[in-house]
Amino acid sequence: MHITSPAFKDNARAALDDDALQRALGNVRSGFIGKRAKAAAALPEFEQLRDAARDIKDHVLAHLDLYLEAYADKVEASGGHVHWAQDAEDARRIILGICEAKKARTVTKGKSMITEEIGLNAFLEEHAVTPVETDLGEYIIQLRGEHPSHIIAPAVHVNKDQVEEDFRRVHTHLDPARNLEEPTTLLSEARAVLRDKYFQADIGITGANFLVAETGSSIIVTNEGNGDLTQILPKTHIVVASVEKVVPTLEDMSQILRVLARSATGQDMSVYTTLSTGPKRPEDPDGPEDYHVVLLDNGRSAMLGSEFQEMLRCIRCGACMNHCPVYHAVGGHAYGWVYPGPMGAVLTPSLIGVDQAGHLPNASTFCGRCESVCPMRIPLPKMMRHWREREFSRNLNPAAARYGLGLWAFFAKRPAVYHAAMRLAIGTLSRLGRRSGRFASLPFAGGWTRFRDLPAPQGATFQAQWAKKRKSA
Amino acid sequence: MSADAAPAQTPPPAGLPPRVGLFVTCLVDLFRPSVGFAAVKLMEDAGCTVEVPAAQTCCGQPAFNSGDRADARDIAKAVIRAFEGYDYVVAPSGSCASMLKKHYVELFDGDPAAMERANLFSAKVFELVSFLTDVLGLDQVEAAFSGSATYHDSCSGLRELGIERQPRKLLQSVEGLELKEMQDSDVCCGFGGTFCVKYPDISNKIVSEKTRCIEESGAELLLAGDLGCLMNMAGKLKREGSRIEVRHVAEVLAGMTEQPAIGEKKRG
Repeated sequence: MHITSPAFKDNARAALDDDALQRALGNVRSGFIGKRAKAAAALPEFEQLRDAARDIKDHVLAHLDLYLEAYADKVEASGGHVHWAQDAEDARRIILGICEAKKARTVTKGKSMITEEIGLNAFLEEHAVTPVETDLGEYIIQLRGEHPSHIIAPAVHVNKDQVEEDFRRVHTHLDPARNLEEPTTLLSEARAVLRDKYFQADIGITGANFLVAETGSSIIVTNEGNGDLTQILPKTHIVVASVEKVVPTLEDMSQILRVLARSATGQDMSVYTTLSTGPKRPEDPDGPEDYHVVLLDNGRSAMLGSEFQEMLRCIRCGACMNHCPVYHAVGGHAYGWVYPGPMGAVLTPSLIGVDQAGHLPNASTFCGRCESVCPMRIPLPKMMRHWREREFSRNLNPAAARYGLGLWAFFAKRPAVYHAAMRLAIGTLSRLGRRSGRFASLPFAGGWTRFRDLPAPQGATFQAQWAKKRKSA
Repeated sequence: MSADAAPAQTPPPAGLPPRVGLFVTCLVDLFRPSVGFAAVKLMEDAGCTVEVPAAQTCCGQPAFNSGDRADARDIAKAVIRAFEGYDYVVAPSGSCASMLKKHYVELFDGDPAAMERANLFSAKVFELVSFLTDVLGLDQVEAAFSGSATYHDSCSGLRELGIERQPRKLLQSVEGLELKEMQDSDVCCGFGGTFCVKYPDISNKIVSEKTRCIEESGAELLLAGDLGCLMNMAGKLKREGSRIEVRHVAEVLAGMTEQPAIGEKKRG
C-alpha cells in the first residue's frame, strides 16, 4: 500500500475541507462512544476484565516463542500447514504460492487488517487472482478503489448516498429503477451479489482475532456471517495472522472476548464468533479440504523488549480512534497507511519507520482519552511520547522547532534570567494588548492567531507582583 | 540541607498551618497573575501558609512532550529542589500538577536516588481545587457570582488526577452561580501544548467543536482549571464574536472577578 504518512499535514487539511467526509465522521462521534460507555457500565467487573486481559497478553509476550511453537504444533497435528513469514513480501509470496498450487482464480476474503498491511489485494490482482471482499464495509471500499479508514468500520468515511451511487455504477445487471433509499436495501443487494462469489471462490482468506495455542484454533469475530461463508465454502482456507495474536487457552480467549466487542461496538459479543481448527475431518459435514496459516512478523519481534512492547497487546477493537479528537477531525485516511488513530500513531512508526510516520505520534494533544478506554490498558500517549524521544534524539523534528525548544530550555533552566527576560517581554506585550485585551495577529504567533485571538497578558508577571508585595509587606 | 541530599520526610507538625509552595505555572505567571493571587487567597483562607519560590519557571512539559528528556530532567530536578521542603506543592493547573506528580518519576529510570526523591516529592503535589477539597476538606467557599457558568474538564486533570466532581462541588457553593453542564465537557479543547501551533488546522477543528458545545450550554461564563485550555477556548470564542466570558475556576471560587475576563479589555 502506498504510504502517504509523511504528507499527514496536507492529508489532514484536505480531510478538514471534505464536507462529505466531515458528515460521515459525525457518525463516529455519535455512535461508538455512547454504546461503549453503556456496555462497560452494564458489566460490574469490566475494569477487572481489562486488567485480566492485559495480564494474559503480557504473559504471552513474555513467552511468545513458546506459545507460537505450541500453536504451530497443534495446527500441524490437526492436518493444517503453518508458514512463517518474516515480512510482507514473504507473506505475499507464500499466499500466491498456495493460490498457484490450487490454480485459484477467485479468492473471497473476510475482513482482515493484516492483509491490508501486506498489500495483498493489489498483489493478487497483479498475478491474475481476483480478491473479493465479503465484509460489507470492505466490499464498498473495494468498489471505490479505496482503503479502510477505520480498523473495524472500514467504510466509516463513506455516506449512504455515496454507497448507493457505487452500487448503481457497479451492479449494472440490476434494475436501474430499483429503490435503494433504505440502508437495509443496500445490505440485501450486497448480500445477493456476494452470495454467488462465495460459491465461485477457490480459496477463502481470513485474518484472525486470536490464535489459541492449546487447540491450534484460529478465531474470527464478525457481525455479518461473511467470515463463516468465506472460510467454510471454498476448498482451501488461508488464515493470515500476525504473531502477537496467540493466546494460551480457549479460556484466555474467552476472557479477552468479553472486553473486545464491548470496547469496539458496545455489543456484549459480536454476532458470530467462529473457531476453525485444521481442515475438514472425515466426519465433518463441511469445511475446507486444505487449511493454511501464515504467521507474519513484519517488525513485531523487534518491538519485544523495547519501550513499544505493550503495543503488541492491541486487539484491534478501534476504541482508541473512536474516542480520539484528532481522528474525529481528520478521519483515518489522513494517517497515510493501514492503521489510523492512536494505535496507528504508535504501531505505524514501528512497522514502516519513524522517519516516514513521524507526524503520527506528534499529532496528538495527549488528551489521554484513548488510554482511558483501551481494553488492554495500552499506555498510548506514553508510547507516542517515546516516539517523539526517538525523533528528537535522531534530529528528525523540524529545525525551527528544535531551535525554539533549545532557546526556551536555556531560559527555563535559569530562573533569574528567565524572570528578568519575561518581565520585559510581558511588559511590552501587555502594553500592546491593553486596548483590546487580545491580539488578532502577532508576529511569530501565526500558528495561534490564524484561527483564534491571543489573550493579552494582564500586566506585570505574577513573580514581579509577588516580589513587590513581599517587599512592601 | 545540601542541594542534592533528599530531605527527611516530615509530616506537617500538628497545630501549625500547612506550608504550601505555590507552583505558579508559566502561563499564570506570564498571562494571568490574578489566578495566582486567587490561589493564594483560597489556600490562606483555608488556613495554609503560602510561599512562592522564585526559583521556578515552567514544569518542563514543552521539553518532555517534545521528546527532550535531558532538558525535562534538568527542569524536574530544579523544581524538586526548590519545592521539596514544603508540606505541599500546589499548582492551579491539572496539566502542570500532573507533570510534577505523575511524570517526573518517569524521568529518572536508572537513577534510584533521584527516583526516590521524585517519588517523595510526588506525594506532596496537588492541583489547586482538588487540594482544597481532598486534602483540606473544604466543601464550600465564601464567594458570590451572579450568572450561569459551564465547566470544561481539562484532560490531564480529569484523566490523570481524577478531577471532576471537586470543582463542581465548590462551584455549587458559590452564591448566585448556576452551573449548566455542556455536552462533551470531558472532550479535549484542542490545545495540547505545542500541538495547537504544530497542527493549527486540526486544533482549530477541535476547538470549534468545543465552542459549539459551550455556546449550546447557554451559560454566560466558561470555567476550567487550566490556563492553556482557557486561552485556547477564549481565543476561539472571541474570534467567533462570542459574548461568553472565560475565567479560571480559582478566580470565581476566590470571589476575585474584578479583573477583566480572559481576552477582554479593561472596563470603563
